[in-house]
Amino acid sequence: MDTININYLEDKFRKLQSSTSDDILNNIRKEGFKAFNKNGIPSARNEEWRFTSVGNLFKKEYDLSADNLKITASDIDAIRLPGSGNADELVFVNGRFIPELSVIRSNEKECIIMPLEDAVKSEYQDLVNEHLGKSSLFIKDGIHALNTSFIYGGVFIHLNKNQVLEHPVYLYHLSDTRINHTLAQPRSLVYVDQSAKLQLIESFTTVGSMDSFTNGVMEIVVNTNAIVEYYKIQNDVVNASQVTTTHVRQIGKSYAHGVTISLNGGLIRNNMNIVMEAEGNEAHLYGLYLLKGNTHVDNHTLVDNTKPNCFSNEFYKGILDDNASGVFSGKIFVRPDAQKTNAYQSNKNILLSDNATINTKPQLEIFADDVKCSHGCTIGQLDEEALFYLRTRGISKEHAQSMLLGAFAEDIVMQIKNEPLRNYVEKLIFDRLSVN
Amino acid sequence: MKEELDVLEQTVSSDYKYGFVTDIDTDVVPKGLNEDVIRIISEKKNEPEWMLNWRLKAYAHWLKMEEPEWANVHYPPINFQDVIYYAAPKKKKQLGSLDEVDPELLKTFDKLGISLSEQKRLSGVAVDVVMDSVSVATSFKKQLSEIGVIFCSMSEAIQNHPDLVKKYLGSVVPMTDNYFAALNSAVFTDGSFCFIPKGVRCPMELSTYFRINTLGSGQFERTLIIAEDEAYVSYLEGCTAPMRDENQLHAAVVELVAHNKSEIKYSTVQNWYPGDENGKGGIYNFVTKRGICQGNDSKISWTQVETGSAITWKYPSVILKGDNSIGEFYSVALTNHMQQADTGTKMIHIGKNTKSRIVSKGISAGKSQNSYRGLVRAGKNAINARNYSQCDSLLLGDKCGAHTFPYIESKNKTAIIEHEATTSKIGEDQLFYCRQRGIDAETAVALIVTGFAKEVMNQLPMEFAVEAQKLLAISLEGSVG
Amino acid sequence: MLSIKNIHASVEGKQILKGIDLEVKAGEVHAIMGPNGSGKSTLASILAGREEYEITEGSVSFLGKDMLELSPEDRAREGLFLAFQYPVEIPGVSTTNFIKTALNEKRKYHGQQPLDAVSFLKLMKEKMQLVEIDKSLLTRSINEGFSGGEKKRNEIFQMAMLEPKLAILDETDSGLDIDALRIVANGVNKLRNNERAIIVITHYQRLLDYLQPDFVHVLVNGRIVKSGTKELALELEEKGYDFIKDELSLAEAV
Repeated sequence: MDTININYLEDKFRKLQSSTSDDILNNIRKEGFKAFNKNGIPSARNEEWRFTSVGNLFKKEYDLSADNLKITASDIDAIRLPGSGNADELVFVNGRFIPELSVIRSNEKECIIMPLEDAVKSEYQDLVNEHLGKSSLFIKDGIHALNTSFIYGGVFIHLNKNQVLEHPVYLYHLSDTRINHTLAQPRSLVYVDQSAKLQLIESFTTVGSMDSFTNGVMEIVVNTNAIVEYYKIQNDVVNASQVTTTHVRQIGKSYAHGVTISLNGGLIRNNMNIVMEAEGNEAHLYGLYLLKGNTHVDNHTLVDNTKPNCFSNEFYKGILDDNASGVFSGKIFVRPDAQKTNAYQSNKNILLSDNATINTKPQLEIFADDVKCSHGCTIGQLDEEALFYLRTRGISKEHAQSMLLGAFAEDIVMQIKNEPLRNYVEKLIFDRLSVN
Repeated sequence: MKEELDVLEQTVSSDYKYGFVTDIDTDVVPKGLNEDVIRIISEKKNEPEWMLNWRLKAYAHWLKMEEPEWANVHYPPINFQDVIYYAAPKKKKQLGSLDEVDPELLKTFDKLGISLSEQKRLSGVAVDVVMDSVSVATSFKKQLSEIGVIFCSMSEAIQNHPDLVKKYLGSVVPMTDNYFAALNSAVFTDGSFCFIPKGVRCPMELSTYFRINTLGSGQFERTLIIAEDEAYVSYLEGCTAPMRDENQLHAAVVELVAHNKSEIKYSTVQNWYPGDENGKGGIYNFVTKRGICQGNDSKISWTQVETGSAITWKYPSVILKGDNSIGEFYSVALTNHMQQADTGTKMIHIGKNTKSRIVSKGISAGKSQNSYRGLVRAGKNAINARNYSQCDSLLLGDKCGAHTFPYIESKNKTAIIEHEATTSKIGEDQLFYCRQRGIDAETAVALIVTGFAKEVMNQLPMEFAVEAQKLLAISLEGSVG
Repeated sequence: MLSIKNIHASVEGKQILKGIDLEVKAGEVHAIMGPNGSGKSTLASILAGREEYEITEGSVSFLGKDMLELSPEDRAREGLFLAFQYPVEIPGVSTTNFIKTALNEKRKYHGQQPLDAVSFLKLMKEKMQLVEIDKSLLTRSINEGFSGGEKKRNEIFQMAMLEPKLAILDETDSGLDIDALRIVANGVNKLRNNERAIIVITHYQRLLDYLQPDFVHVLVNGRIVKSGTKELALELEEKGYDFIKDELSLAEAV
């Protein structure tokens, strides 16, 4: 099929709506589907999707269900990440949170983890109602709306007041494509209450030879004096594509730290949004895309300063080999009230092959005058001087190159504060760059 | 150091200085746009058939196009049927020399600070003046023609150098390029034509002054500059318009062609009427400017100082096709009151070892919005392409906006592209330092802004630099709270 | 010339100056010394007219005028000069152009014609020699990329050009090596005359060795706690500020 095929989705949407009874989620899904119909699949004419032809992903029909799955405990063992031994491990299969496969080690005093369907019927009903779906105000494309149309089997994470969670929360996304192409649409709402600290790690794995497409949305709400660390590791197979959105709202003076590592996959689009809704917020966003083959990675970031005295720093780096292509689009908004904003953004790229491409677009939109904002981006090669210096010390050219690329990547990797995870990512990068 | 100071001193309390209307007879084609209007324009200009056909083709294409909406500017829809597409100062007879130009017109140019006579002759600038729609006089033509330089109005070029016009017109900006370029191609009325033959270094600055005079008229000039192998030319363009309550439309096209080892330097001081402080009136300035470094080792350099217009939509670009060619863009864009500017450049690297440099300085004051939008593209074969971009924004007051939209695309691993941008406001400590030395706040702001823009101002020919500085200071008036 | 009476000043609600009295006459050199945070630079700032400071009490008259009513630029035009502790950089504005603007603004204020280019250059040359400043500094953007010493020398050069009636040197010695200090001090000494008063604000004795002040005042905690001749500075150098503080607490205890 070479035309976009989305008609079957309507049918699936109706079935889902009639099979569930909860009003809150039903209404959110209804609004979502309305928006999906209105906006459709973004084309290259949509400025935000100029370099990422997501339309190609919609030319096949996907299985949206998570029924009849044969995922076993050993499948899960294969995807556990280092450091998981004392973590909360949340398993999603084809976009559905599966409590039976998950391991929750936190006690209820620390952290509440439950399916979204349960959360809307619990004491957290009002909280969910208030915060679920706010990202739709910022991302108004059909893809995001599609996730909202199919909110089902999502997860709600509530970190209680004053809880500094010593262990991380891992979210493993598993796509089973042994029978059909699958479209997984995980949805999560995370609420970090006052003076609490949470570390979230997401990873993605596809099992099977058919195509997987993950269209995920995670909304994180951070309250006063809270700290959230968020890590996304993308090291899937080439028939795995994804559009995943992480929408962080800092509703009280708080600290957010995000690192996105993209190493393998088909077409990858990361939307990373930070909305500074309170005075004195601080956010740090980092990203590394180390790409080869035909992998395409598109990092879209938004830092929206709506209140004064916020600080943000963004640093994304890319190394592109073979036919890989990369996109960086960073937007810093400074609203009229957001005086004394300090916002920095930097994007550095190295192209290693004749067929690699990078498109970068760092943007500033500033409506307040007392601000310090800057952005910079570079596209280039490894420093010839440094390369030469290493070679004069007897290091082979290939080895010297891998050393320098490793050092280039390390700036980002060192921002992973979870040590086992950092070591793991360092090893992945080392193996990738090392000379045989 | 040609007295920045004196310039600033003269800026005390003046409004838009160039907002006078010249009372001269004009020959006007009724409002509106259709094939017949195009035929009338072509006929009035006594154009050959190929030119008319070219226009009609562009018009047919324009009808199928949509007005672009991607720029960060907002304005009520333009009624293209409410625009006068042709307004020429009525000629009593064919003009033989400057002496025969309507004295009222000459007075206008005196007010503008352009004297077409001896004064300029001494300073060595050849001037072509376009009033509303037609070119009224070109000075120095004879001296230039002795060395083979053709500098005349586009109308004359169509009559006298049809082969050159046919060859180059639309070769850099095709009639289908964009909405406003298509409109211009259909209705352009005049403009300057400039041809520098092989090996000639044009000994003087060539200059055109554009002025919109007639109420409700649009100006659609078309400029074409060709530098043959090893030729050099520096070209200056100035623009003014009278104060009018209504918005007036300006949609120009400028095309530059640089052959092997040639260089074209194009400088603009744009001071169209920006509207009053409530945003009433002012020029809508939708301009397509593009040059191509066709030959190896060629160079095109755009310098612009943009202080006028209610809306500016303008991206002087360079296509770096020849190997080792160089493209430059130096820009100061100042917006005040309700002005909106969306301006920048495109540097398209195609050839090997091509270099480009972008220096953009945006200054926003009042309730204005100032956007830089630029594209740097290194194509697959652009081996060793280099670009350096620096975009700085300065904010004065908390009601204005500064925006930066750079697009950077590379398909070549040997290309090196660097982009830096900063946004800041004038520091309180800078202002205080100046005031402690006895410099009042308004002068201090003008001084600091001029300093901020210096890197670009330095690129302007001396005479223009002085005028540009004056303009910056005038445009900033009332911006210090 | 300058008469400060009972000045109280605060910044962001915090009281910094708690009643300063000082009389400075033409031709005099006064040194104001004090430990960090005593309010020395605040005093300089309120005299120059920095707006962040709120004057809650007291008065300042300068050449018979109520100085607190004047804008910073009018104080400068009346003849007040502040050599900044941290001179600010203004990119793209050449030092020459800057000084010329300042000088002509002042002349305009006093009803004089602006200096023409030739006379200005002549004046500049003369003063350059006086304060031993390198010509190349003057074509560069003001203070941009200047070393600490160059910035301070540039301040003294501006003082020479603007010929103030009262100059306040705010920690002009800070961050200078001994050679730079000597050059700066020599420059200031050459600018001393019977009509010009100078207030030197400093933490250390070393600049005073060169300048030989007529009076020394010690500022502690927002008040002048002791005044004397240059010997007081030597005593301070020897015994440190603590001895004053001790004396003070003794006095307060009584």
